[in-house]
This record gives sequence, structure tokens and C-alpha cells, in this order.
Amino acid sequence: MSDRTRARAFLALCLARFRESYREPEVLFWAFVFPVLLSAALAVAFRERPPEPSRAAVLRGPGAARLLLALRKAPLVVVEEAGPEEAAHALRMGRVDVVVSVAADPAAPVEYRLDPSRPEAGVARARVDDAVQRAAGRADLVPTRDVPASEPGGRYVDFLVPGLLGMNLMSAGMWGVGYALVDMRIKRLLKRLLATPMRAADFMVALMTMRVVSTFAEVGVLLSFAALALGVPVRGSLAAVMAVAVLGSMCFSGLGLAVACRARKIETVSGLMNLVTMPMFVASGVFFSVERFPETVQPAIRALPLTALNDALRAVTLEGADFVSQWPRLLLLAAWGGASFALGLRLFRWS
Amino acid sequence: MTPPSGGPAVAVRDLRKSYGAVEAVRGISFAIHAGECFGLLGPNGAGKTTTVEILEGLLPPTSGEAEVLGRRWGRDDREIRERLGVCLQQTVLSERLEVGETVALFRAFYREGREPRDVVGEVGLQEKARARVGTLSGGQKQRLAVACALVGDPELLFLDEPTTGLDPQSRRQVWDLVDGFKKRARTVVLTTHYMDEAEKLCDRVAVLDHGRVISEGTPRELIRSLGGDHVIEIAVEEGGPRGLRPGDLADLPSVRAVHAEAGHLVLTVAEPHVTIAPLLERVASLGFRLSSLATRHASLEDVFVSLTGRHLRDE
Repeated sequence: MSDRTRARAFLALCLARFRESYREPEVLFWAFVFPVLLSAALAVAFRERPPEPSRAAVLRGPGAARLLLALRKAPLVVVEEAGPEEAAHALRMGRVDVVVSVAADPAAPVEYRLDPSRPEAGVARARVDDAVQRAAGRADLVPTRDVPASEPGGRYVDFLVPGLLGMNLMSAGMWGVGYALVDMRIKRLLKRLLATPMRAADFMVALMTMRVVSTFAEVGVLLSFAALALGVPVRGSLAAVMAVAVLGSMCFSGLGLAVACRARKIETVSGLMNLVTMPMFVASGVFFSVERFPETVQPAIRALPLTALNDALRAVTLEGADFVSQWPRLLLLAAWGGASFALGLRLFRWS
Repeated sequence: MTPPSGGPAVAVRDLRKSYGAVEAVRGISFAIHAGECFGLLGPNGAGKTTTVEILEGLLPPTSGEAEVLGRRWGRDDREIRERLGVCLQQTVLSERLEVGETVALFRAFYREGREPRDVVGEVGLQEKARARVGTLSGGQKQRLAVACALVGDPELLFLDEPTTGLDPQSRRQVWDLVDGFKKRARTVVLTTHYMDEAEKLCDRVAVLDHGRVISEGTPRELIRSLGGDHVIEIAVEEGGPRGLRPGDLADLPSVRAVHAEAGHLVLTVAEPHVTIAPLLERVASLGFRLSSLATRHASLEDVFVSLTGRHLRDE
């Protein structure tokens, strides 16, 4: 095949793929509408709110009146009096964060009953204890002052948008390539294409090229929405954001090819996709920071491609990092993408 | 671009293909001459599709040789593919592309080929050129598949069960397309389990059963091999002491063979006018009353039945 025929075949494959995607309403929905809706919904759910007061119950008894008096004056504490059973029930159900009790004897210790694994309980204990100690006459030794700081870039939605972008690049890359391949295999279209002089590698590259090209539109739409409607800052250059996104898209297209290289049923490829993507949805810092996981599993999580992509996207959007500074993460993405592309091509089944 | 030295378009020698313990093709040999329409005939599971897919370079044979247009698969694959047109059994083309776009896509794969618009017109889809593939009927989709096979202007066209599942009118349209292609002195390889299709389109056929060629020749030769061109089918009323048996009629004049089949007796005869009068006498003298009598030309179906004792579409 001459180079001209080859180039013409490649462009025809790209064009066909492009037409197939934009004529599929579901593709447009998942690529453009869904991420915008999701980020809008999460932005509303996690909007800035006044601090939540802690809820405490004081056990009925001889010392209760003294405690109630102290706690009713305390800031950010809502207090009620309750019998032992009622208090235990409220604590179990999470209706109160801490149960406070004290014996009649003034020398007896004040008891805090709480579930230490709940973050709210720790906060409640600190606030209640502060009120109790102050009521008993403790004074501050060092003067302090609170300065409220809520600047763009530090809010939850700012953390969230790059994560959603990464998640979307993963889903679109894997499903866009993997699902399309299995669908074509089931319909014997892959076999039919193999019977032409078309080159196998050109076909794969065309599929991934169109995925990467649509990345520009997808990233553009979500970032514009986030910047204009949610005030999410984009501190790095747009070129750097796009470059990171393109590398991420290529990486996940490669994974999509690897996952779909032999599957002959949509169910098989769906299962494999979920197997690969679910752990990353949870662990790779889409909705909350990777730091929340125990130290021991951190290296494994850091090795996942979505973690690298999310970290790099956050660095360039929120911190204004440049593309080159992200090289370890970009190298990781390239390695995942390259290895899975090579594996997928090697094991590929046309029928 | 004819095969070198005017050799056969396809030459197959002792071709075998196994899937694990299952032998789909068990030693097939035949040659297909340039310019003829060659039919691979047989029931489902006879090995037709496997054979064709080996010839199309889509499956590697387990052993044996397959030469296509004077070349071997594995050495000149791209060169062979440039000159082949392929219509697979049940390909579903992309539903979201238009008819014209689909044909143009396939055209783009070939170095030389035909104008997509002309091919779309040739298969009678010019009015559907802007329609999405998903909106076409079964017959239209099949004609589109043929168009995709023709647009590279192939020397050799493979059609695997091209009319299975189509209505009679669509079948006729596909036949006309194949006829048109044959008229340009190109080679066609066709698989089918429809006898009428093979008789209408094929210059020569190979009958396949259980992965072997059990007979080969022109449709005419195969039918002649039955000993007679005509078939008389009779049935008698029930109620006699015993049924009418093939042996009761085998010695009648001009009868070449008799066999029983689903309540009928089927006689292969050379000259029906010589047979019929004595046949009626014999039936009456044995105490039977005819409930039906029909005569027809012998078909490839009869050939298959006489070779295997089964009908082509039993399986």
C-alpha cells in the first residue's frame, strides 16, 4: 500500500469514528452533560455552610444542673438533658455526638462517652470540655484570634473539579475505545475490516486519535463551566492542562484496548472495565484526598494511573504548576498507556 | 492484473482446519478457474464458511495449501487483499454511518477502486445514499455489504451465504448483482445452502459434507450423475396390507433410482413419458390408489439427497 493510500485510509477511519461518536446521543451525554451535572450537583451539596454545632446530652443526675448551665453558654454546642437509656440510644443513632455525666461528688471526674471513630465526636468533646473547664475557672494563657480564610482554590469544589476531569478522561478513554472494539467484534465488523488492505495498527491509532481529539472538547466544556459557574481557578496555562489531559486520555485509551483485546461479549468487557476503574474511582483521589488512606497502601495508590493524572491535573489547575514539573506523574501515565497498548495489540483478537 | 501464467484464481490442496478436537475441514482440494462462479454447497456445519475464511486470509489453515490469485497467505497478504472483495456471513456495518459514507470508507482502503457513488447506484441504493445504515431493510443491508465488497474493484469476489434470511425479491436483487459482476469476467466464490441459488449462479459447484468434498462439477453434470434429469414423486392412499416399497417400482422402464421419503416415493427417471403409464398400472395392480403424482426436473437437492441420504436443510 502506498503512503498516500495509507494516509487516506487513516483519515477515512478517523472520519468514520468521529461521525459514529457525534451521532450517538449517549456518547454526547456522558462526555459533556454528565460531568457538568455532576460537578454542579456536588458543588451545591458541598457549598460553604456555617459551622455545624456539636450536639451533647447531659445525663440526668445530681451534677447535671451545673453542667447544663455551663454548656448552654458555650458557643457551637447544643445540649439536652436525657435519661441513661435515652442518651445511649441517641448516641448509637448519631443524634448526639457526646454524652456527658458527672457524679454528685464535686471531686469525681466528668465522663465523656463518645465513639472516637466519628470525627464529629472528637470536635464535640473538645468544645464540651472547653466549656466545662472554663466553667470551673480555667483561663486562656495565650491570647488567640481566628481569621476566616475561604479563598478560591481551597474550597471542596476546587479540589473536586480536577478529580472529576480525571475520572471523566478515564471513563471516556476506556469505554470509548474498549466498548467500541467489542461492539465491532460482535458485529463482525472487525473481521470485515481485516479482510481489506487496511493496516491493523492504523485502525487502532485512528480509534485512539479520535478519542484524544474529543478530549479537547470535553475538557474545554467542563473547565469552562467550572471556571465560569463555580469560580474554580485555572492557575496553570491552558496548554499545560490540555497536554496533561491528552496524555491521560491516551493512557486510558491504551487501557481500554488492553481490556477489550479479547472480549467477545459486552458483559465481559463491562465487568473488566468495572474491575479496572472501580478501585481508581475510590482510591485515586477523585472525591477525597489520597492522604486519607493508610500509609502502607499509599505507594500502591500512587502507582495507579488515575492518581497520577488527578495529581497532575490538580497541580496545573490549582497550583499553576507547569507541564514539565509534573514529569514523574506524566512518565507513569505514559508507561501505563504504552504497556497496555502494546499488550492489547499483541493479544488482539479480530473475531 | 490477472493471475500469473493464466493459472487458477484459487487452488486448494488437502486443506484441513481443526478447532481443538473438532475437524471442521478434513482435506479439501479443488481449483477455481479465473472468470467462473464457483459454488461451495452444503448444509450448515459442512465447513463452507471455514473454507472460505481460510481463502480470504481470515483464518490460518491447520495444514494444506491455499493459493489465491497465484499468491500465498502469509507472504503477500496486503497484495492479495487489494484484489479481493469479501462479503462475510452476517456482517453488521456501522448503523450510524450513511450508506454513501460506508461505501466511501471501504473505498479508502484500496489503492485502486471504483467511484463509490457508481457502486451505490449499481446495487440500487442511490435513493438511500444519505440514509443511515441502521434504517435499511435486511435486503438493503445485504446489498450494501455487496457494494462494500465491490468498491475495491476486486478480481475475486467471496460471497458467504449472501441471501440467507432474505425475502425472494431481495434474493433476486443480489443474484442480479452477482450476474453483473460475472459478466465482467471476474471470479466469484459463493457459499450457499440454497440449491436454486447454486443452479442459477454457479458455473461449477463443490458439494461439501462433514468437511469433505463429496462431489464436484457443473450443476448439469451433477444432476446427470443421478442417471436421469427428471423426478416423479408419488404418494398412495393408506389402508392397504403394507405400504408401497421402492423395490416395487425399481424395474419400471427408464427408472434410474427410487427412494422413500416422508410419505412419498421419489423416482429418478430419464424419460417421464416412458415411465408414467407402466407406473400407474403397477400401482393399481398392487392394489394401491394414488393420492398424488408430481413430476419435476431433478435439482442439486436431489443430488445431495442421493449422495448423503439427507436433505440439505435438515441440520
